[in-house]
Amino acid sequence: MIHAAGLRKSFGSFEAVRGIDVDVRRGEAFGFLGPNGAGKSSTMRMVAAVSPVTGGTLRILGLDPATDGPQIRARIGVCPQEDTLDTEITVRENLYVYGRYFGLPRREVRERVDELLEFVQLTERANAMVDDLSGGMKRRLTIARSLINRPEVLLLDEPTTGLDPQARHVVWDRLFRLKQRGVTLVLTTHYMDEAEQLTDRLVVMDKGLIVAEGSPLDLIAEHSTREVAELRFGVAGDGESHEALAGKVEDLADRVEVLPDRLLLYTEDGDETIAKVHERGLEPAATLVRRSTLEDVFLRLTGRTLVD
Amino acid sequence: MTEPTPGTAPTHVFAGAARLVDYWAIGYRRTWKGSAVSSFVNPLFYVVAMGVLLGDYVSAGPGQLDGASSYLAFIAPGLLAAQSMQTVFGETTYPVMGMIKWQKTYFGMIASPLSVREVILGQLGFVLFRVGLTSAVFTLVMAPFGVYATVWGAFLAYLVQFLVALAFATPIFAFSAGLKNEAPFALLFRLGMIPLFLFSGAFFPISNLDPWMEALARATPLWHGVDLTRMLTLDTVDVGTALVHVAYLATLAVLGWFWAVRRLGRRLSV
Repeated sequence: MIHAAGLRKSFGSFEAVRGIDVDVRRGEAFGFLGPNGAGKSSTMRMVAAVSPVTGGTLRILGLDPATDGPQIRARIGVCPQEDTLDTEITVRENLYVYGRYFGLPRREVRERVDELLEFVQLTERANAMVDDLSGGMKRRLTIARSLINRPEVLLLDEPTTGLDPQARHVVWDRLFRLKQRGVTLVLTTHYMDEAEQLTDRLVVMDKGLIVAEGSPLDLIAEHSTREVAELRFGVAGDGESHEALAGKVEDLADRVEVLPDRLLLYTEDGDETIAKVHERGLEPAATLVRRSTLEDVFLRLTGRTLVD
Repeated sequence: MTEPTPGTAPTHVFAGAARLVDYWAIGYRRTWKGSAVSSFVNPLFYVVAMGVLLGDYVSAGPGQLDGASSYLAFIAPGLLAAQSMQTVFGETTYPVMGMIKWQKTYFGMIASPLSVREVILGQLGFVLFRVGLTSAVFTLVMAPFGVYATVWGAFLAYLVQFLVALAFATPIFAFSAGLKNEAPFALLFRLGMIPLFLFSGAFFPISNLDPWMEALARATPLWHGVDLTRMLTLDTVDVGTALVHVAYLATLAVLGWFWAVRRLGRRLSV
């Protein structure tokens, strides 16, 4: 569906995307995970055939965006990071006019608008002005709009950024249903839980490059341990720095990460590790044992956290 | 159950622009009442105040009024062309910035199969529709005042308004498309639109100006529009001069078009 080789994007002297290789297959949910500024949105805009490619090869549905931009855009759906809804017309009118941009007949657009309003649970707000919608509703409307042409590929740039937890879950639920219907999803996110929930396969991006690729589980298995023991020491403590404390427990784990507020001990059995920490006479203010996540993968690969 | 129609790329730029008709129609349906009233009332006020009441004090004859038999007949075509210009200023400044910056509507449009040229063409179509409507109202409001030498002249003067509109619309659109914020609009209105309105021959023959100011006025697009409109309504057409006016306005419209496509294209392809 999407093939990129050595894909690059520069803005003046700044290189946002520095040569990435990506292949997205029909029917899969593919993710770009990375912090802000990793080059995810620049990549998405090139794939959406609105931003010219600086270098490398890019094919969407077998077409070249440099020459077949309108043909590509006719067959994909785009849910941009920032809503581009028309706030001065109603919810229904937003969907209707957008359907017309695709050259769809009026009667057919009207039918689809009703279906899509139902799908994103906005039927009751159909005649409301967009300005009066909550952030989550606007997002759902944008998703509905991106589906008006029954796209073969749906591109979602940070679909739930800025939404409260409940609104996020509603959006995830809708996206999950689309995936079950066989729509190819391509999404960017800096939320590791979003990537884990929605994607079959993902690439981890950092500073314009891909640093890892695989399914969420494979990436975790490959780059992290099964469990993580988190240790928080009181601010006052006994004056020992996190680095010094890390030195004392280094041998208890495969790897120790020092964060500003806590230590992460990568290990196969978190409870056992914490017991050993206590045996050494160390008294963390709080402890937590959890499974490894993509956040840990990112930390391992880049030395930084995803959300800062 | 019929197969769903797939989205398609437009076959040519006019077909693409036509897909925007519903967008502009829906927006206009919300605002037409206000603009309809003002497009009827404004010209009437101007004509009564300037043409009739102020005109009463103007004793100049046809020799001093470019061939007009009354001040009202002189000022009417000037006001028509000036109104076309003002409508264009209104439609291609803040609305363009809003669609780039505040609502980001253009970004939504070009994410569909539509391209920058089609987006601009669609909006120009709407501008022409607005100018066509306000000019029609103005032309009809003026009819009872007996300011037209001939009916066909009045009709041609009406058609000229579309050319005047395009000559202003494309360059102002281009100007607006590149702006980072709206501050320059205040300058554009105060130092651009208002001086054009006052000194481009709408209210008095530009031969009344100092020679250097007259030369400056002759270079402005509004003067070409005013003079062309006026020679048609007064039936004082000089074919050579008329062709120069048409060529000037058309050239401006075409150059503005390429500039607008480039500026908006750059702005949106981030």
